[in-house]
Amino acid sequence: MFGAGGGTSSYREAEETNLVILWGSNARETHPIFFHHLLRGVRNGARLVAVDPRRTSSAQWADVWLGIDVGSDIALANAMARVIIHAGLANKEFIERATTGYEEFARCVEAYTLEVAEKETGVPADAIRDVALEYARAERAMICWTLGITEHHNATDNVLALINLALLTGKVGRYGCGLNPLRGQNNVQGGGDMGAIPARLPGFQDLQEPDIHAKFSRAWGGAQFPDKKGYHLSEMFDAMEHGELTAAYIVGENPARSEADQTRAVRLLGGLEHLVVQDIFLTQTAELAHVVLPATAGWAESDGTVTNSERRVQRVRRALEPPVGARDDLEIIGELARRLGCDWGRPTAEQVWDECRELSPMHAGMSYARLDELGGIQWPCPDESHPGTQFLHARLWKDPVEGMPAPFHAVEHDPPVDRLTKDFPIRLTTGRRLDSFNTGVQSNQYSSPLRKREALLISPADGERLGIHDGERVLASSRRGSVEVPIRFDESLRPGLAFLTLHFPDQVATNVLTIDATDPKSGTAEFKASAIRIEKLPAGIRT
Amino acid sequence: MAERVFVGLPKRLVKVSIDGQEMDVLEGATILDACRQLRIDTPTLCQLETLTPVNVCRVCVVEVEGSRVLVPACSRTVEAGMKIQTDSERVRHSRRLVLELLASSVDMSLCSPQVHGWMRRYGATPERFGENVATVAQPVKIDNDLYVRDYSRCILCYKCVEACGADAQNTFAIGVAGRGFDAHIATEFTAPLPESACVYCGNCIGVCPTGALMFKSEYDMRQAGTWDESQQTVTETVCPYCGVGCMLELHVQDNSIVKVTSPLDHSVTEGHLCVKGRFGFEFVQRRRG
Amino acid sequence: MDIRTTGGPPTAEEIAAVDGLLGDPASLWEGGTRRPEDDHVGFGGAAARSRRPLLLPVLHAIQDRVGWVSRGGLEYACRRLSIPPAEAYGVVSFYGRFALDERPPLVLHVCDDIACKCAGADALCEALEKTAGPAGKTWHRSPCLGLCDRAPAALVERAGAAHDERQVAPLTIDVAQDILRGSDWPQAEVPALPDRPRKLLRRIGVVDPESIDSYREHGGYAALRRAIELGPEGVIRQVTEAKLLGRGGAAFPTGRKWDSVSKAPVRPHYIVCNADESEPGTFKDRELMERDPFAVIEGMTIAAFATGCEKGYLYVRGEYPLARRRIENAIDQARARGFLDCDIEVRRGAGAYICGEETALFNSIEGKRGEPRNKPPFPVQAGLFGKPTLVNNVETLVNVLDIVVEGGAAFAATGTPDSTGTRLFCLSGHVREPGLYEVPMGTTLRALIDLAGGLRDGHSLQAVLLGGAAGSFVTERQLDVPLSFEGTRAIGATLGSGAVIVLDDSADVKQILLRIARFFRDESCGQCVPCRVGTVRQEEVLHRLLSDRNGEARDSDMSLLSDIAQAMRDASICGLGQTAANAIASGLTQLKVING
Repeated sequence: MFGAGGGTSSYREAEETNLVILWGSNARETHPIFFHHLLRGVRNGARLVAVDPRRTSSAQWADVWLGIDVGSDIALANAMARVIIHAGLANKEFIERATTGYEEFARCVEAYTLEVAEKETGVPADAIRDVALEYARAERAMICWTLGITEHHNATDNVLALINLALLTGKVGRYGCGLNPLRGQNNVQGGGDMGAIPARLPGFQDLQEPDIHAKFSRAWGGAQFPDKKGYHLSEMFDAMEHGELTAAYIVGENPARSEADQTRAVRLLGGLEHLVVQDIFLTQTAELAHVVLPATAGWAESDGTVTNSERRVQRVRRALEPPVGARDDLEIIGELARRLGCDWGRPTAEQVWDECRELSPMHAGMSYARLDELGGIQWPCPDESHPGTQFLHARLWKDPVEGMPAPFHAVEHDPPVDRLTKDFPIRLTTGRRLDSFNTGVQSNQYSSPLRKREALLISPADGERLGIHDGERVLASSRRGSVEVPIRFDESLRPGLAFLTLHFPDQVATNVLTIDATDPKSGTAEFKASAIRIEKLPAGIRT
Repeated sequence: MAERVFVGLPKRLVKVSIDGQEMDVLEGATILDACRQLRIDTPTLCQLETLTPVNVCRVCVVEVEGSRVLVPACSRTVEAGMKIQTDSERVRHSRRLVLELLASSVDMSLCSPQVHGWMRRYGATPERFGENVATVAQPVKIDNDLYVRDYSRCILCYKCVEACGADAQNTFAIGVAGRGFDAHIATEFTAPLPESACVYCGNCIGVCPTGALMFKSEYDMRQAGTWDESQQTVTETVCPYCGVGCMLELHVQDNSIVKVTSPLDHSVTEGHLCVKGRFGFEFVQRRRG
Repeated sequence: MDIRTTGGPPTAEEIAAVDGLLGDPASLWEGGTRRPEDDHVGFGGAAARSRRPLLLPVLHAIQDRVGWVSRGGLEYACRRLSIPPAEAYGVVSFYGRFALDERPPLVLHVCDDIACKCAGADALCEALEKTAGPAGKTWHRSPCLGLCDRAPAALVERAGAAHDERQVAPLTIDVAQDILRGSDWPQAEVPALPDRPRKLLRRIGVVDPESIDSYREHGGYAALRRAIELGPEGVIRQVTEAKLLGRGGAAFPTGRKWDSVSKAPVRPHYIVCNADESEPGTFKDRELMERDPFAVIEGMTIAAFATGCEKGYLYVRGEYPLARRRIENAIDQARARGFLDCDIEVRRGAGAYICGEETALFNSIEGKRGEPRNKPPFPVQAGLFGKPTLVNNVETLVNVLDIVVEGGAAFAATGTPDSTGTRLFCLSGHVREPGLYEVPMGTTLRALIDLAGGLRDGHSLQAVLLGGAAGSFVTERQLDVPLSFEGTRAIGATLGSGAVIVLDDSADVKQILLRIARFFRDESCGQCVPCRVGTVRQEEVLHRLLSDRNGEARDSDMSLLSDIAQAMRDASICGLGQTAANAIASGLTQLKVING
């Protein structure tokens, strides 16, 4: 966000803020320990607002739940902005000093009256207005989001709409305020930190910046490497489709199950000339591979670091001897390099980290010794006397502002690509459950008493309307495919809204239904919004 | 560049005397904090840094000049001029009795060696109440694959209730039910865990001081006679699931994870985990099977 | 709150009971059925959680209607009030009067406590066992019901849409059988107070307890008028000059308490009238509430005015249905006339002696288990809902009326220099005329017993239990003790709640000591170890000691009891544990109960 690829706040700040808006995040189940911090804030008197199509377990903690229609986040955010502007609650002084693009933004949101927002989101106008005013008036307020914001075809615009609200009210760069994407996987943040983004090198340094490129090239013994932005995930699949991309090396990812429009993903992976998969399991993706490289489990069989959602770099350590034949990722990569003609030696994890510290200024102060001593350090940490950074963008409150001002971005509401029609009248959204994780590769191996067979959750009212009883197997179809699935009634869903997880691809191939309409900037697919219909199975196969 | 914010004003020091020794303590500190500052070993059972003091076990009581009754060191904050006795006859008597009353009614054999040390120090002889006295003995509850509850080991310290409740998890799957000697930890209507609100975070196990709450893996190994803490290593690492970054302590015996805890003093978890972090480690074990 | 309910749906009756109290649910999310608005917006959070204090009233509503609290009923209450079911279960299972197993709509609670024992309660219970089966189904044994002057006593509870609860005393086996058969039963007789000078009790039997006009005709609300003239500070000055000490048992200076609350900077201030009179042998507050309820409310109003309280609660014992009705009526009438300084809500106990402890009482009002809190902080700093709270006993508040009208100095002229005013004593047991007596502080115990007609002919005094189960035994040679705080303290006794249970030579004091031990075991909240386990071990050792087989173990058992007693006294959280060994210790040393 404005040049820094991480959440702005610390968990601790959630304990001492006045208002938290959880937007498209069921943190109670997906980030349970962050939710502990948030609940401490609630116990300390903070108000909680949940924006989510479902009345999730997080929403049940909220003072106000706004049950928006899937994919109407921008309409809601823009309408809130308009309310704030019209109420004279925009932080003019902050906007003037620390931002750009306000005029255009203000013009853009003018069209988003409460009436428009109520129509697009389904949420009563009064509730939208009250939440907007509450956010603007709170001394401290933070917005936290997860995949409910980012798994959309316009994910980046969704995020920008939330950033706009914070800039409008000066709710960033101060203690207890901020904008926080809660990372869905243990080292999503760390992957980004280390440059696993098409245009970045470690420390979010721009690959296309000649000085940066030269710095790395020098450090790596004059190595030649691309200086152009690469593909993000969805573009890779498009490139496979076009025959541009014919070989892939996949490390610790299961796209054969995790990609939207799974049928297509499997077809494309299966059609590659050469597929190498490095994983701790023989995943469904690995089954498609020409070469499988068994790896060690990063968190229990290797040494290294990960970065969490508050930008805290933390040590992982080897606690177990890996199974015979499995090798550390570092060792595999080093061995590959050697066979490709580059001898990188056999560096330890710490040596690799120290090299990173030399090249990435934001990591420079994080020696292993300090990471151990301090229980991890939040970036940026430019030198070994620096305690790490509790929250970002305090610079915006300096007068004059240090560095670049933060830009508003006028963004427009754009409903989900998979339109609801007479033939596909039900909105299917997806998510996670507390005890499970992604495609279940890890989580399905322990015996959770909470786990039930995967089922398509619908409102009891829909069940009644369709003549379907709780537990009945039905056929669920989208424009891309059909799956048989048992029904479970759930009052947290309103009529017309259905829910599935991705946890049990062997029971229910959810991604046969989902759409791969993708956000062009982030490469994320619109997992959150498919249009489906539900049909009774012919008598005899029903249970 | 951002900067660090320090919340709260610096605290004043207050003068107190403990066992005749004058000392300065930060205002707002408890008597227990002060005792620890002086390295006076003070027995505690229901106290834990990460939980709100409930001061129910009463084993930490001390004598404060001017107070009619003994006061709990764990929750009473220091006041200027306080004169505290931690080893007077009255203190020793009450500590001894508390340990005796507990040990005569509860199976405390799995308490830490420290607890057994206190028993010796205060000369606790729980047998002296005689035979056929009331106890909390009852069958072990095994109703799920993740953890067991053996309430014949429960001293009713309230820690599990606090960890399940407002101090951490806020699920409130368990509470204290009943009254008096019949008071006990229970789900609603003592339903089995799978029919309760339990979400299996295991934070109750993490705070249980008596082994009443235990990983099923530990319980099974103990039953089989293979549990051996001297053969275990404990390694700190980070949970492999979501992006919160919870610190795990992996307890490993024979290259197998037998238990997962979390450090109390880490700012992310403060000792608490969710079901995935606590129990979701099977996948690394199964690969070696 | 993400509440998970798994116990099945509530019955229509349970829903009616809960909704009858709370009104219909505002949305699907509060336990109602889905309305179109519920699709897109929901409210909850802190506002929903703030309904927690309604838990006990809702539980009462369910039990009054259905006779017991089922899992489905409890979970419906939980959804309406945003309370996790396990928490609510902890609460409902704490209170002795809530039933968690199905039982008949009509049940009889028969007191078998000390005074009723003296009046043949054990024989009555044995007879009931023969005719109605063992206790625990249609009839229950109960600790003291506060009708000791008319012992043996009982309480009838009849659940249903027309819920009814009545005191019955004296209970005979014939009446008990009639009641259990469902026939109508006689109302407890209201005893006339003997004709003797009275101050606090002057309106009792004279005034119509259901009419504010009658109360005013008898001098009611003169004190409030005077209080307003004096102003808050003036009132506190008079109360301080009167040297009034609290009448609940702890004898704390009332003026000092009022002063602290009035000066507490945190807002709001609460006033709580502790009417949870449960000390065995005590019934004075019941008499005041049943027969002069407006005086209690006027006293509370003056206290609230003087200390700046914004909200009041009167917590009345669950076993006092008539007192509750009269007090509610008095509040309604006073409110209608604009005579309340702050609004007062009546809260009904549910069978827990410990809730007479002020901090346990706060927790009970807050909808929690009645577990006492550690002090400090004291209620005047952080009491009900964590706010500065004035807690006064019923008798204390009624004393305030005379103090305000006649002035503190005049009030202090009665009694002794350190124990001013008069005191109410509840005489029960083996005296000719049990009942409520008002005498100046400092009157001797002998004189008090004489006032009550002395002992029955042909019987001699064995002991007097002064101050109830938490008090101690006084013997013949101590009868000249002046009944003042300092006088009783000098002989190691206490005035306590004003209970005076007289035991002549016919009393089985062993059984009485064991009853006291059982009482504390039953009534310990279970929170702290010294009391939870100590009261059990005390009862076990006492049983052994008082059995015929005690022999050579006697000395070690005596020292074991004294060890337990010291730890309970020193290390328990609250007054219950701290006093749970007093009566037993004094009984063992003062009375000849041990063979040999």
